[in-house]
Amino acid sequence: MSAIAVERPGERRAQTVLRATGRVALFFVVLAALWALWEGYRALWIHEGWTRPFVVDSSTMPHVHDIFRALWRHSSSGTGGRLITQLLKAAAFTAKEAAVGFALGASVGFVLGVLLSQSRILQRGLLPYVVASQTVPILAVAPIVVVYLGTLHVAAWFSVAVIAAYLTFFPVAINTLRGMHSADRRALELMRSYAASRWEVIWKLRVPSALPYIFAALKVSATASVVGAIIGELPSSIQDGLGGKIIVFNQYYSLDPTQLWATNLIAALLGIAFFLVILLAEKIVVRRAPENLV
Amino acid sequence: MSVVHVDQVTKRFGRLTALQEIDLSIEEGEFISLIGPSGCGKSTLLRVMGDLTDTTEGKVIVNGKPARQARIDRDYGIVFQDATLYDWRTVSKNISLPLELARWDRKRRAARVQEMLELVELDGFQDNYPWQLSGGMQQRVSIARALSFDPALLLMDEPFGALDEMTRERLNMELLRIWEHSGSTVVFVTHSIAEAVFLSTRVVVMSPRPGRISSVVQIDLPQPRTAATREEPRFFELVTEVREALHLGADEPGRERTEATA
Repeated sequence: MSAIAVERPGERRAQTVLRATGRVALFFVVLAALWALWEGYRALWIHEGWTRPFVVDSSTMPHVHDIFRALWRHSSSGTGGRLITQLLKAAAFTAKEAAVGFALGASVGFVLGVLLSQSRILQRGLLPYVVASQTVPILAVAPIVVVYLGTLHVAAWFSVAVIAAYLTFFPVAINTLRGMHSADRRALELMRSYAASRWEVIWKLRVPSALPYIFAALKVSATASVVGAIIGELPSSIQDGLGGKIIVFNQYYSLDPTQLWATNLIAALLGIAFFLVILLAEKIVVRRAPENLV
Repeated sequence: MSVVHVDQVTKRFGRLTALQEIDLSIEEGEFISLIGPSGCGKSTLLRVMGDLTDTTEGKVIVNGKPARQARIDRDYGIVFQDATLYDWRTVSKNISLPLELARWDRKRRAARVQEMLELVELDGFQDNYPWQLSGGMQQRVSIARALSFDPALLLMDEPFGALDEMTRERLNMELLRIWEHSGSTVVFVTHSIAEAVFLSTRVVVMSPRPGRISSVVQIDLPQPRTAATREEPRFFELVTEVREALHLGADEPGRERTEATA
């Protein structure tokens, strides 16, 4: 009989709640452990006067609580407002670049993956260049994109989105290609027996089969797009995003290192937020036997 | 007119001769079992009938046209040993897949899916996903899907091979009921002598290296078959007859043997 039929819904809900509570508890335990590790390392090195691998003091390893406190202070860069408000504003700006870049890159990657999966010649011909595109340092590509798109009178933030897309499309393309070939051989024969067209085989079988692979790539790409957006801001001299903040607080580092650390924290949170959105989408979209999930 | 006409079909995979000069005619409404040891080409013969693989020589006529055209016209439904259901589709969506591809409208699809669910006694499970069902239930969905578009011919490749004996016997009964109800022609590949005798109107015994038909046993058990059929003396006689045919085919001396690579 089906597993669903024997389990009562009440029990299942209770189990779900229990599991969720456990996860939240685990999250805080790990967080506390990391905090303790940081502070413990710091205290031990300072106490013993150890200088390897690097000198520990308030500029290399500020107190965690100082970093959090910095978020509520007014910024020393003098642009006004509490640091947290500035950073959230910057994060929202960077998020827009990253989100547009992600959508762009994921779409291009998906279409490319599907296209390459349909033709061996295309795959042999184009794949080396797709791979080569990722060996070029993003810092070398970024100014070219900014200058080129600048001549087309495109908004500067969009150039940054394109740079983020450049980092995003690759994992999606590769995994889509892999996923398109993952369709079960019998399932393909079944489609043949129904006289399905190539297009129908793609949409009704190959793409659904590829979804777990595609989502694995999207998770990688989601965080990569945030990194791409931040890096993209540097050569395009955009001041409104997290990249701009990083440049500014870098200059103030010897004065007040906590601001840069706080910025990094917000950037990390933005990356995690992107990741979680994809995770949620995956839970909604991918219907697969538990043992067949990638 | 015969539903399937296999004419001097030979199939080679490299140096391995999977089928050698097969002749077989299947009449409308027949239930044919293909039986034989592993490597005798029974599955290959089924796949040739369904145009899932080409013939090396000879031709296959299904419903009076080449197998390829019959496939394009959706003249047959197929059931594999694995249910091969699509994980991301519910039971009812799985059953309606061939109907979608045949461009049935939504209303007609829903009505047919309901009819099929009742036929395989899965009413109430239409919104479950395949992986929430037992193996036997999955295979019933697979049969419903194969029959959903009323194909003239049903091709079944060891459909109950992965199931336990109890489930297998129950599904045998169900399959006979469905066969009588739908009036389609069935070609059924199996390893089990008892299953072949119980289900079929004719059992085609095959022998390996190279794969060929060694004999055909007419099953004259009365219709409809019931649980009691398995206990009739005639049933045992026929089982013995098929078993002897199998051994005869396997031991026949002086036959040319092709080197098998697989």
